[in-house]
Amino acid sequence: MSGINDFVVKFATVNGSGSASANGIFAKTLFRMGIPVSPKNIFPSNIQGLPTWYEVRVSEAGYLARRDGIDLMVAMNPQTFKEDLAEVVPGGWLLYDSTLPRLWPREDVTILGVPIAEMCAAKWQDTRQRQLFKNMVYVGALSALLDIDMDVLKGAVADQLKGKEKLVAANMDAVGLGRDYALKNFNCPLPIHLRHAEGAKGKILVSGNDAAGLGALYAGATVCAWYPITPSTSLAEAFERHAKRLRVTKDGRRLFGIVQAEDELAAIGVAIGGGWNGARAFTATSGPGISLMSEFLGLAYFAEVPVVLFNIQRGGPSTGMPTRTQQSDILSCAYASHGDTKHVLLFPANPTECFSMGAQAFDLAERLQTPVIVMSDLDIGMNDWVTEPFAWNDAHVHDRGKVLDAEQLEKFKDVRGRDWGRYQDVDEDAIPYRTLPGTHPTKGAFFTRGTSHDENARYTEDGVIHARVLDRIRRKFDTAQNFVPKPEVTIRDKSGKTGLIYFGATTPAVREALDALERDGVKVNALRIKAFPFTRDVASFCAMHERVFVVEQNRDAQMRSLLMTEAEVPGAKLIPALNYDGMPLTAAFVQGVVLKQLQPAKAAAE
Amino acid sequence: MSYIAKPSAHHPALPKNALGLTRRDYEGTMSTLCAGCGHDSITAALIEACFEMDLPAHRIAKVSGIGCSSKAPTYFLSRSHGFNSVHGRMPSISTGANLANRDLVYIGVSGDGDTASIGLGQFCHAVRRRVNMTYIVMNNGCYGLTKGQFSATNDKLSPSKKGEPNPFEAIDLCQMAIQLGAGFVARSFSGDKTQLIPLIKAAISYNGFAFLDVISPCVTFNNHPTSTKSYDYVRAHNMASENKLDYVEPKDEITVDYAEGASAAIALHDGSRLVLHKLDPQHDPRDADAAIMAIRGNSAKGQVATGLLYIAESQQDMHDILATDARPLNALPMAELCPGSKALEAINGRLR
Ligand SMILES: Cc1ncc(C[n+]2csc(CCOP(=O)(O)OP(=O)(O)O)c2C)c(N)n1
Ligand code: SF4
Ligand SMILES: [Mg+2]
Repeated sequence: MSGINDFVVKFATVNGSGSASANGIFAKTLFRMGIPVSPKNIFPSNIQGLPTWYEVRVSEAGYLARRDGIDLMVAMNPQTFKEDLAEVVPGGWLLYDSTLPRLWPREDVTILGVPIAEMCAAKWQDTRQRQLFKNMVYVGALSALLDIDMDVLKGAVADQLKGKEKLVAANMDAVGLGRDYALKNFNCPLPIHLRHAEGAKGKILVSGNDAAGLGALYAGATVCAWYPITPSTSLAEAFERHAKRLRVTKDGRRLFGIVQAEDELAAIGVAIGGGWNGARAFTATSGPGISLMSEFLGLAYFAEVPVVLFNIQRGGPSTGMPTRTQQSDILSCAYASHGDTKHVLLFPANPTECFSMGAQAFDLAERLQTPVIVMSDLDIGMNDWVTEPFAWNDAHVHDRGKVLDAEQLEKFKDVRGRDWGRYQDVDEDAIPYRTLPGTHPTKGAFFTRGTSHDENARYTEDGVIHARVLDRIRRKFDTAQNFVPKPEVTIRDKSGKTGLIYFGATTPAVREALDALERDGVKVNALRIKAFPFTRDVASFCAMHERVFVVEQNRDAQMRSLLMTEAEVPGAKLIPALNYDGMPLTAAFVQGVVLKQLQPAKAAAE
Repeated sequence: MSYIAKPSAHHPALPKNALGLTRRDYEGTMSTLCAGCGHDSITAALIEACFEMDLPAHRIAKVSGIGCSSKAPTYFLSRSHGFNSVHGRMPSISTGANLANRDLVYIGVSGDGDTASIGLGQFCHAVRRRVNMTYIVMNNGCYGLTKGQFSATNDKLSPSKKGEPNPFEAIDLCQMAIQLGAGFVARSFSGDKTQLIPLIKAAISYNGFAFLDVISPCVTFNNHPTSTKSYDYVRAHNMASENKLDYVEPKDEITVDYAEGASAAIALHDGSRLVLHKLDPQHDPRDADAAIMAIRGNSAKGQVATGLLYIAESQQDMHDILATDARPLNALPMAELCPGSKALEAINGRLR
């Protein structure tokens, strides 16, 4: 099934060996040739010396999920030779450094030996250079084997090493070594190779964390507090990088404040303090951080303080698999903290949505006066995706929600017909009016607290009032339905009885699987969840279908549980399709689950 | 019980400050703490200090954690916004609030449990970051609200109400604050308002992190005469005379004459001045090492060093360190914060 512009290359290297930059150049070059690519970093939770892989799927058709079965393995790590060889499809290729030749126990794989270390030793004296340029030598060999456009490759190298012209020349020398060797010794190009294409034209190549950091900047966030944790670190760093470029006055004053906090409790505390005081404030974290932030999330929920939290999910439970992906914090985020709590969640499916939903999260948080959690994950957050360019409507007015200034406070009674009280539901949308510290000399002051309070923010132990306030806050969730993004529904068969619900990073795998199923005559309608609370569309989609697959990357079918509890979908209807090995989802997995259910005999035969 | 409002009718003869406000305008709701609780005296000192300083109450933000002490902000400055957060986390809320608006006065109120145990980490880091705020610990050596367990500031061997001695070393928050870079560190006693009020004023005027550890007896759980945090003990062992301080309003002249060599005037950011006098020759509060020696020396003798223990005459606060704009971040117009579609096009270009 592989062929021109349709194959998977995998680089097996050692982390800390400098391969990341070479691999990045490779992917960028293909992208710039207009070819849809999806690079996936599979890396250890370690700084140096452990195996790391970089998988690049090439798909002119634009299928960018991870795909099993490697067509060409670049095996640079002796530690993993055995498993790397095993992954190559029959008829595939394996390139390795043949300075120390070895026998590869597979007849059905073509071995491409390139004496990389030997060539580098002959060319460079410095040991560091000898090591680093090895990576560009294999890129050079691939340029011949896969027929890479050399001008594009050179451009990508030059961009990566901007300002270091000497290094560009040296890197291109290394590319030349590998390329010449391959042209001389192998039949170039291989049957799987590249050609210019259109699919990636007009798109951008970017990671979700970079995009989300930029989204926060466009939202006007000024307070950011965070504590380092993979895979969310690069989000706060991206915010800082963009802010240092775009948010500094001519005289060097910063229009933002970033605190690298002492832990996640402090990180969310700083963000809540900022949100309470009228700044757009956020933090970014991952599983362990979510657990630590949970007490504060309950406070922000109950005291109705806007705050945005980016959760870049990773493999749990506990420290789990810090460098692998999962969607396993759905329940812990939907109901984070003790007591009756419920939080607004957004589910971006790609970096473009990390940007747009990342920005929208701030509008929602201020409109609804509550925490909003953006549920990204390691796959979207840390891998580069070919995605639609970012768009910003300059006419967009940031929704700052119901915040009263001094004049509005003075006229409140005249305009609204009653006195202001912090938690009064004046508009019957369950959203009260906020005031900020420092607004008015005599009006609008109140006490924010996580202890029970009445509609005027006064401490109470009266159970009737307590229940009344809790009920109003719950009703705010109904209002939220009108503001959160609606699900995306794809109908392939109007009278179809089978539906499938998915969200987030599994999107490319699901689309590919549903296309493949349709080609085989199995039409499945689909709904992509973009937010919690679910809008009515979710319940009606489930009502329309006899059975609905729920695709998610966790063990306990958390989204299915949420659908049962919150959209009241009967559990019998919801068929779990669960993957939780930490790897990005494949279309084959989705196809397998669907076929097993719909055509058990056929699935068994396959 | 819930919330107890105070009658709002004012006596026409009540004295007014420069803003035309009376003390009553600086009060809060009725205290629900135990009668005689030290925390209420600190509340009264805070009201007095803010009244006398002519502070516009709405430009003050009160932040606290959880505990009897952390309830106190409800009992003063009802015209100020307050935030009673979660246990031990007042420092992070204050940090974020201060980051959002550098122009307000921040008064953080915490307890010894809130600060020296559950919130010890946050306390340390707020000091390190030099958040421009006044951080008050109402220190009673116990957990009042959970019924009297020893706290980490309780002195070693100081007995509980039942007579059991505390087996653990005490954490001295003033020493920690000095070591971590607080610019203003003082210790006082809830029962000594002549010392406490000027210290509160000076702390509020100070630009940078000002820390006030106020020993504040818990009459219900930790006020037996043998407790080192009791009224009797502190009165008998208070070394307040070692260094006294006058707070001089920006508008006032320094009128008192002090003996040559026995006084020092320090100008504060807002134009007010501190006059230190009767200085122990061993202890110049501008010397951090001497300050720590004074605390330790007194403590070894069973005495409590009170007064202004340490002051750095000027300090860079968090905003100076972060180089943030002079305007409050929460007041910046979106037009300055959102770079717009053109800049985004350029970013898209770089990602192609
Ligand atoms: C996370 C958490 N753990 C425990 C408590 C229970 N608790 C409430 S107040 C308090 C101790 C307060 O002691 P301190 O800060 O010294 O205040 P005091 O009451 O003595 O003024 C504790 C442990 C809580 N509110 N939150
Ligand atoms: S228990 Fe102690 S600290 Fe709490 S209010 Fe009573 S006297 Fe004060
Ligand atoms: Mg206490």
